[in-house]
Amino acid sequence: MALVNVTINGVSVQAENGALLIEVAKQNGIEIPAFCYYEGMSLQAACRMCLVEVEKAPKLMAGCTLPVAEGMVVRTESEPVVKARKTTLEFLLSNHPLDCPVCDKGGECELQDMTFKYGVGESRFTEAKQHVPEKQWSPVVFYDAPRCILCYRCVRVCSEGMGVGALGVANRGVYSEIIPSHGDHLECDECGSCIDICPVGSLTSGIYRYKTRPWEMEHVGTVCTHCSNGCKTTLGVRNNEIVRGNNRDRSGINGEFLCVKGRYAFDFNHHPERLQTPLIRNGDGVLEEASWSRALKLVAEKFKALAGPKFGVIGSTRTTNEENFLLQKFARTALGTANIDHHRSGDVVTLVDSLSGKSGQLATVADVYTAKAVLVIATDLSQQHPLLANNVRANFRHHKAAVYAVTPGPVREDKIARKFLRSAEADSIAAVEQLREALSKAGDLVILFGDSIQGDKVRQLVAFGESLGIPVKYVCLVDYANSRGAMDMGMLPDLGPGYHATAPGLSLHQMLAATDLSALWVVGANPLKGGKKLASVGAFVVVQDLFLTETAQRADVVLPAGSAYEKNGTVTNVCGQVQRIKKGIETVGSKADLAIFGLLARGMGISLGAVDADTIFAEIAATVPGYSQLPMPIILTGGAAQTHPVNGRVPASTVPGNISSARDTLFTTGSLTRYSKILNEVLEKPGALYR
Amino acid sequence: MTFSPELEAKFADLVTHYPEGRQRAALIPMLMFGQDEIGSVTQEMMDEFGKRLGLSTMQVDEVVGYYSMLHKKPMGKFHVQVCTNVACMLRGGAELYDHACHKLGLGHKQVSADGRISLEEVECMGACSWAPAIQVNYDFHHEVSTDQLDTILEGLQ
Amino acid sequence: MKLFNEPSPLETRIISFRFGLENSASLDTYLAHDGYKALRKALEMTPDDVINEVKASNLRGRGGAGFPTGLKWSFVPRASEKPKYIVVNADESEPGTCKDRLLIQNDPHQLIEGVLLGAIAVGAKKGWIYIRGEYNYLIAIMDKAIEEAYKNGFLGKNICGTEFEFDLYTHTGAGAYECGEESALLESLEGKRGVPRIRPPFPAISGAFQAPTLLNNVETFASVPAILRMGGAAYADLGVPKSGGTRMVCMSGHVNKPGVYEVPLGFPMMKFVNEIGGGIWKGRQLKAIIPGGSSSPLLTAEECDIPMDYDSIAKAGSMLGSGGLMVMDETTDMVKLALRIMRFYQHESCGWCIPCREGTTWLKKMLQRVTDGHGQTRDIDLIGDLAQNMLGRTFCPLGDAAAMPTIAIVKKYRNEFEAYVAKNPFAASELVSIS
Ligand SMILES: Cc1cc2nc3c(=O)[nH]c(=O)nc-3n(C[C@H](O)[C@H](O)[C@H](O)COP(=O)(O)O)c2cc1C
Ligand code: SF4
Ligand code: FES
Repeated sequence: MALVNVTINGVSVQAENGALLIEVAKQNGIEIPAFCYYEGMSLQAACRMCLVEVEKAPKLMAGCTLPVAEGMVVRTESEPVVKARKTTLEFLLSNHPLDCPVCDKGGECELQDMTFKYGVGESRFTEAKQHVPEKQWSPVVFYDAPRCILCYRCVRVCSEGMGVGALGVANRGVYSEIIPSHGDHLECDECGSCIDICPVGSLTSGIYRYKTRPWEMEHVGTVCTHCSNGCKTTLGVRNNEIVRGNNRDRSGINGEFLCVKGRYAFDFNHHPERLQTPLIRNGDGVLEEASWSRALKLVAEKFKALAGPKFGVIGSTRTTNEENFLLQKFARTALGTANIDHHRSGDVVTLVDSLSGKSGQLATVADVYTAKAVLVIATDLSQQHPLLANNVRANFRHHKAAVYAVTPGPVREDKIARKFLRSAEADSIAAVEQLREALSKAGDLVILFGDSIQGDKVRQLVAFGESLGIPVKYVCLVDYANSRGAMDMGMLPDLGPGYHATAPGLSLHQMLAATDLSALWVVGANPLKGGKKLASVGAFVVVQDLFLTETAQRADVVLPAGSAYEKNGTVTNVCGQVQRIKKGIETVGSKADLAIFGLLARGMGISLGAVDADTIFAEIAATVPGYSQLPMPIILTGGAAQTHPVNGRVPASTVPGNISSARDTLFTTGSLTRYSKILNEVLEKPGALYR
Repeated sequence: MTFSPELEAKFADLVTHYPEGRQRAALIPMLMFGQDEIGSVTQEMMDEFGKRLGLSTMQVDEVVGYYSMLHKKPMGKFHVQVCTNVACMLRGGAELYDHACHKLGLGHKQVSADGRISLEEVECMGACSWAPAIQVNYDFHHEVSTDQLDTILEGLQ
Repeated sequence: MKLFNEPSPLETRIISFRFGLENSASLDTYLAHDGYKALRKALEMTPDDVINEVKASNLRGRGGAGFPTGLKWSFVPRASEKPKYIVVNADESEPGTCKDRLLIQNDPHQLIEGVLLGAIAVGAKKGWIYIRGEYNYLIAIMDKAIEEAYKNGFLGKNICGTEFEFDLYTHTGAGAYECGEESALLESLEGKRGVPRIRPPFPAISGAFQAPTLLNNVETFASVPAILRMGGAAYADLGVPKSGGTRMVCMSGHVNKPGVYEVPLGFPMMKFVNEIGGGIWKGRQLKAIIPGGSSSPLLTAEECDIPMDYDSIAKAGSMLGSGGLMVMDETTDMVKLALRIMRFYQHESCGWCIPCREGTTWLKKMLQRVTDGHGQTRDIDLIGDLAQNMLGRTFCPLGDAAAMPTIAIVKKYRNEFEAYVAKNPFAASELVSIS
């Protein structure tokens, strides 16, 4: 696009012809204040804060909607501009309650900041203000109309950003106010984006409000634990309690996006049922509280005695890469077993094999936002992969991406799809053929596929992709925060770290079915969920977890584990992007899994080397293919870097039944969120609203 | 929800007036005609029109709240609207409105107990050269004196 | 309802000459009096010729802004992938204005013909007449005329036996002044809240249903048949330079013969009031005139001796606007007037932008307080200052429309505000609320 010369505040700058002045100014370090303008969302020009002086224009112009043109001369801080801002603020405050001391937004309110910067100290308004009582729209969303400045950010983030459209505007003129989707209450994704994006204290969060002041919190940047998408989240921690989760600093792959789980469901962490002391099964067969030293001693002794090929180890889709790496190392070297697995929810292995010899074909979260076309197969993306779905929508909005959906039932992507097909999951690969012509003209494509595409179907899908003659990237959808990492780290019965073949052992299902296991060590997993039984009745079972899960109830020893908010380390998201998690709090009585491994090793008299996250990550980086080229500075500073595990044929065969996604929706992720009070409160009929 | 056959026919025709895929355009006329028949914009009507035009009830609600002629509560069988805007004011519109208030014992947007009459002070309705003007439902009365107003009100049966 | 006043011999009845004829709204009457002649003529002309004729007429928009019509017509792109549309603004809600109503009631076919000429000029095949909800009875009249036109080959396919086709519909509003503003009207036409759109793009490029749209006022369209019949230049000559032709001026307020009269642009305002309007009623003196709807700043009696054309009135500090001329005699209470005007704009502000939404509300409250006798001297300045702070800062011109008359009234009749303030025993004290 052609460049034009523009003069802003006496400085001449170059900008793309037609770019919005407010953006051009920002790129050149000049802030034009705004309430309604919001990057990435539709233009409103409603607040009039952004008025600037443009030479030859008869009046002040709204910088948020003004396209720059050659020779434009702009002043953003001249006297008339500053006066206009002052008066706009004066108008705004005329009906705005001046209750900052008791307003939940105090300290991070854009209106407060703007008034501080431009406002006058004295009010000329002496009339009565209009009052409307505050309303509660859902367990998490409160709306205070008098504080609302009608910037429509919430309305836009809900309809444009989330694709939900649960907020609207009622009435006219000064009586205008925001209304929820269902009369007096909201039925929506309950993502809380509207609350975050509200510049003032009009929309407030049911779980955060009145708990603290922003400056009283510590802010810890880490990664959400609830699904595989790996959203960055900034935890607000006060007195060792997480009181808030958001990502207002837009760090990370998700920008500001968080779903309901990311924003609220950290509260499982403080659930009263959280295990805070080890449990040992006593002579009466009852789990009884015990000290850490007793429990560790018992386990170490038993492990030493039972080590060998009958030992089973089940790793976690939620613990860190370091923990999984160390666990499989522990198992393969110290325990001498190849019976290693975890709950697999997507056939990454076959995808990696199908793409052997090629590179750059695993999509990143960003690719989903930039690809010319996106194909979604056999998954309810908006329910199960909120960030990826968000990026598909944003891609459609910002780049007019061609979206295609092949799913058994209606999905939210239908609304933006150029074409959607209904097809039983078993037939999806055949159905995709119908899109061949359209896709081959797409330019470039990202294919996202669910768990029913496994084994040969993955190979067929890749063959299809290759035959289109355009660049194609893939995302094999998996369930949890570190599902992908568990595979990369070799939590597999036949593959070690980096998908290298190892001596084969039993899969998770085989372990459960075997009758002669000597021991089963389950770390952060619940394989007996839903009434499943462990066939080896005599096996010594050790479970490390946060709660007394079904599996923990079968254990001989239960060790209370720390949650992801309580430790450091790295996780790898669905797209293979490695990110660092950071310890924000501590739960008395629990220990991070990594620490438990170290203590057990010590108890067994074996050496695993230094057991701290950084050292082990260094080892991973040195030894695991795909992790060796990771740009450390990016990861260490909270960024995300993608691994490239494509390293030749992977000699693994997919056994049907080994892979199944839990198909968790926005409001469930089984093991953890069932302990989230808030998530249980907002439970809505998933998807019923927007289909 | 169903409407009279005539109105249904009108609706059926109405949606053909707008480009394909833009049938939402029929919403405001539908609300007006629906209100004329039912007496107010009911919740049921909003749900129904939403369904017909592919809108959520909230989207319909957004529109209903914006327009001053759409009422969610029923007005009287005879809705008396007195203009007090400048041109009418200059020729006694405000006094006429006061007179109506006293005569009917009603205030702005109030409905008589029997639901027969309601009163509303309205903005300019395009009768400026024949001021002061009132409208009873859709019927204009021009250059209305207080005496004439009495006669008009008494005739509303 | 018979609705037109006795014509005055001083009028130049170009677009109102059929008013008062027997069955003036019928097709027969229309055809008997030059009806659809311009259409037949235009069907032989190129679109450019039609536009040039309109340009030559110096016709300016009759809806309020007075934009040169021919120029506007030429903005609609020749080639367009999307269909092009015509929208007629019959929202007529500027206080003081009641002319479009007469044009539709007495001569609906003239409007249809005007629309068809626009359609030929820009290449549109479909159009809507957006009629304010209060004008329910006009919709019936218009629909009947449209039906007649369809039956007689003036609408639909093969108009007058040519390839030309056009569909025309009425569309009702539902009570919102803001829907007279063209972009808000388009939103409303699409079934949404009547909130204005960001411009550019202007309707000519992206209007109804995001397609190129020619949008004009009823009177603007209704003037075009005459222009084509008599020729643009001859029409222009009726008026003054840059303000061609005649206008329907709606006279209301304190005159003996209020009514809507068609006069050439440039017609002297005082002659209009005194000779056509029969002078100020009850033998009183003129105090002020609002020349073009309540959005236009009022002129004091001394300022009224000017010709009624766009530029002369602008020079006097006001606007010809929508042609709603409201006359006030010496007894008129200017403070109450200011309050009534502000009440209107406050009621009609769509609420989209801050200065208008909050400004009109604040001003209404203050004006109410002053009128109630609780004003203070500083309030007078504050009223003027707040109005000034709205001016030019709002999203659409409604904010200006609220500010301009207020500024003018406070400036020109400050003494009346002071008199109200003097009634307040606490006027001098500095009462400040702490809310
Ligand atoms: C607040 C506001 C209200 C308006 N109301 C009307 C109206 O009722 N009728 C009308 O024709 N134009 C109205 N206009 C002017 C229109 O926006 C537009 O300029 C006009 O319809 C264009 O037609 P014209 O060029 O033929 O005048 C209004 C403008 C504003 C800002
Ligand atoms: S000036 Fe602003 S609030 Fe007023 S009507 Fe226009 S957009 Fe709406
Ligand atoms: S940012 Fe431009 S008007 Fe709000």
